[in-house]
Amino acid sequence: MKKIVSLLTLALLIIACNEDIDDTTITIPEVTFNFTHHWDSTFINSTNLETETLTNANGEVITINRIRYLTSHFELTNLAGETYIFEGYKLTDLSDDATYNFTPVVNTIPSGTYNLKFVWGFNADDNTDGIYQDLNSESWNWPAMLGGGYHFLQFDGMYNVDTANPSPFNFHNGTARVSDGVFEDNFAVITFDAPITISNNTTIEIKMNIAELFKNPNTWDLNVLDTPLMPNYDAQKMMQQNILSVFSLGETTQ
Amino acid sequence: MKFWPLYSLLCVMLFNCDSKEDTPEDNYIPIPYQLEIPVLFQTKLIDPIIPLSNTLTIEGVALGKRLFFDNILSVNNTKACASCHLPQNAFTDPNQFSSGVTGIPGNRNSMPLFNLAWNFDDKYFWDGHALGLENQALEPVIDANELGNDSWEPIEAKLNNHDQYPLLFKQAFGTETITRQLVTKAIAQFERTLISGNSKFDQFSNGTVNLTTQEENGLAIFMDEERGDCFHCHGNPNNPLWTDNQFHNNGLDATFTDLGFGAVTGNPNDNGKFRSPSLRNLAYTAPYMHDGRFATLDDVINHYSTGLTNSSTIDPLMKKVNQGGVNLNPQDKADLKAFLLSLSDPSFINNPDFIQ
Repeated sequence: MKKIVSLLTLALLIIACNEDIDDTTITIPEVTFNFTHHWDSTFINSTNLETETLTNANGEVITINRIRYLTSHFELTNLAGETYIFEGYKLTDLSDDATYNFTPVVNTIPSGTYNLKFVWGFNADDNTDGIYQDLNSESWNWPAMLGGGYHFLQFDGMYNVDTANPSPFNFHNGTARVSDGVFEDNFAVITFDAPITISNNTTIEIKMNIAELFKNPNTWDLNVLDTPLMPNYDAQKMMQQNILSVFSLGETTQ
Repeated sequence: MKFWPLYSLLCVMLFNCDSKEDTPEDNYIPIPYQLEIPVLFQTKLIDPIIPLSNTLTIEGVALGKRLFFDNILSVNNTKACASCHLPQNAFTDPNQFSSGVTGIPGNRNSMPLFNLAWNFDDKYFWDGHALGLENQALEPVIDANELGNDSWEPIEAKLNNHDQYPLLFKQAFGTETITRQLVTKAIAQFERTLISGNSKFDQFSNGTVNLTTQEENGLAIFMDEERGDCFHCHGNPNNPLWTDNQFHNNGLDATFTDLGFGAVTGNPNDNGKFRSPSLRNLAYTAPYMHDGRFATLDDVINHYSTGLTNSSTIDPLMKKVNQGGVNLNPQDKADLKAFLLSLSDPSFINNPDFIQ
C-alpha cells in the first residue's frame, strides 16, 4: 500500500526533532523543479521563442508566438514506496523565464532515492471550473461548453512559413468534449523511470522537447489539424498521447 | 564621544522644532480608503495592485478626483484629465482623437479608465510604455497635444501658490510642498477607485438576473473556438475583467504607421501590437480600436468576421485571417452584440463618486 506522507507534517516533525539536538545541524533537503525547453537539439527560451524557424516531424516549417502550459501534482516516491506530494501547480509561460522554476511552498524531503511523476494539466479532482484566482486572472480557463476547468496547453504559431501562405495554428489542450454535454478527462500522468538521488538541496531539471508534441506516436499534420482544435475530440486525445514523450529528466544538481 | 557636538546640535534642533506650536494639520493622519471590490472580483480574481508607496486614503482619493477634473493642470487652464476621459463615456473620449489645449488632435483614441488596479502587469497606454499608474499620469500634463505644459515646474508652482491645494496635499501626504510625484500619486489613487463591476452580466454571474436567449447565444459564440473565439484575449465569465491586458496584432493593417508595442520593446515581432481593451462598457466607449477607426460595435464585429488583414506580426489567434475572419452569419453577429452590450455597467457611469 502506498504510504502518503504529508510534507507539512514532516516539516513539523523535523522542527520538533531539531529542538532536542543542540550540537548537530541537520540539513533537510529542499527540492526545486527547473523546466528547460527545447526543440530537439535547439534550446528555446524567451529570447528566441519567437525568432526560431523550426520544422516539425511532418515537414511543416513553423514559427512560435506563445507557449504556456500547466503542470501539477508533483510527486516523489522512494524505494520503500513512500510518496511525497508537493502541493501546488505551475503555469509556465515560455516568454517569461521567471516562470520556468517551480519551488513548492513546502519542498523539504528526506534524503533518499526517488522516482518523479507529475500531472500534465489538472487531474479530474483539481480541474474545477473557475476556482483558481491566479489562473482566472491569466485567462487560463477552458470553456464550459467544452467541459470547463482550465487549459493545459496554449501553443500558438504559424505554419508553412516557408511558403507564400503561412497559416495560424492554435494547438490548445484541455478537457475533451465527446459530444454536447459529455466530456472526458484529458490530463496525463508524466512518469520517469530514472531514479533521482537526493541527499542535499536539489534542483531537478525537467526537459520539455516541444517537437515531440507533433511527433510521437501521432505525426501531426498541421495542414489538416491547425485550428480550431479545442472542440475536436480526436485532436484532443492525440495531444494527450503525444504529451507522454515530451518530458524527460535532465540534470539533477545538489 | 567624538560625536558629542553632533548630538548637541541635534538636541538644539529638536528643541527648536518642539518650540513651534503644532497645528492640527501638522498632526493630521489621513484616513485609509477601503476599496469596494465587487464580490465577483473577490471570488474570481487575485487582489488588485495597490503600491505600498501609494496606499489609498480618503484625502488622497478626494484630492486626486479634484485634480482629475481641474483645468489647473493645463498650460492655459482650459483642459483637465476629464476633458478627454469623460465619466459618461467610461472615462474615454467619444471623439476618435482627443484635442488638447492646442486643438490639434492626437493619433490614438483616449483609453477608457476602469478596473485599472487589476491591470496586473501595470503597463499603461495602448502600447504599454508607462509602468505604473503614477508614471502614466506624468505624461499628459507635459504632452504638447494634451495639457500642453513644457514641463512640470509651472504646474507645481501654480499648485503651490494655490489658496487650497497646499492644505489638501498636507492632509493627504503630510506635506504642503507639492511635487509632480504627489500630484500623480493622488490622481492614481482616484483612478484606482474607478471600479466597474455591476453590469447585467455581472448580475447574471451573481445569480440575480437572467440573460435573454439572445445574450446567452452571444456568450456561446464568444466562447466558441469555432465561431467568435473572443475569449482568448478578452476574458470569460471566470475572468470578469473582459481583457487579458496583453498586446496583440488583431489584423487591422498590412503595414504599420504606428508600431505600438514594437516601438516600446524595440522588437520587430511586437510591431502593430496594442493592448487588448476591456469589453466592459462598450455601450459608452465608441469609437473603437487604438486609433478609434471603428465608429460602431457593428464595425468591430464585422472586422473580426470578414475584415481581418494579414501582416508579419498577425496574432495566430486571428485563426481565420486567410479567410478574412471568422465569418459570422447575421444572426450570430446580432447575438454576439447583444451579449457584448450586457457587459456595460450603467451604475459605473452614473456613480456620483466618479462625477464632478
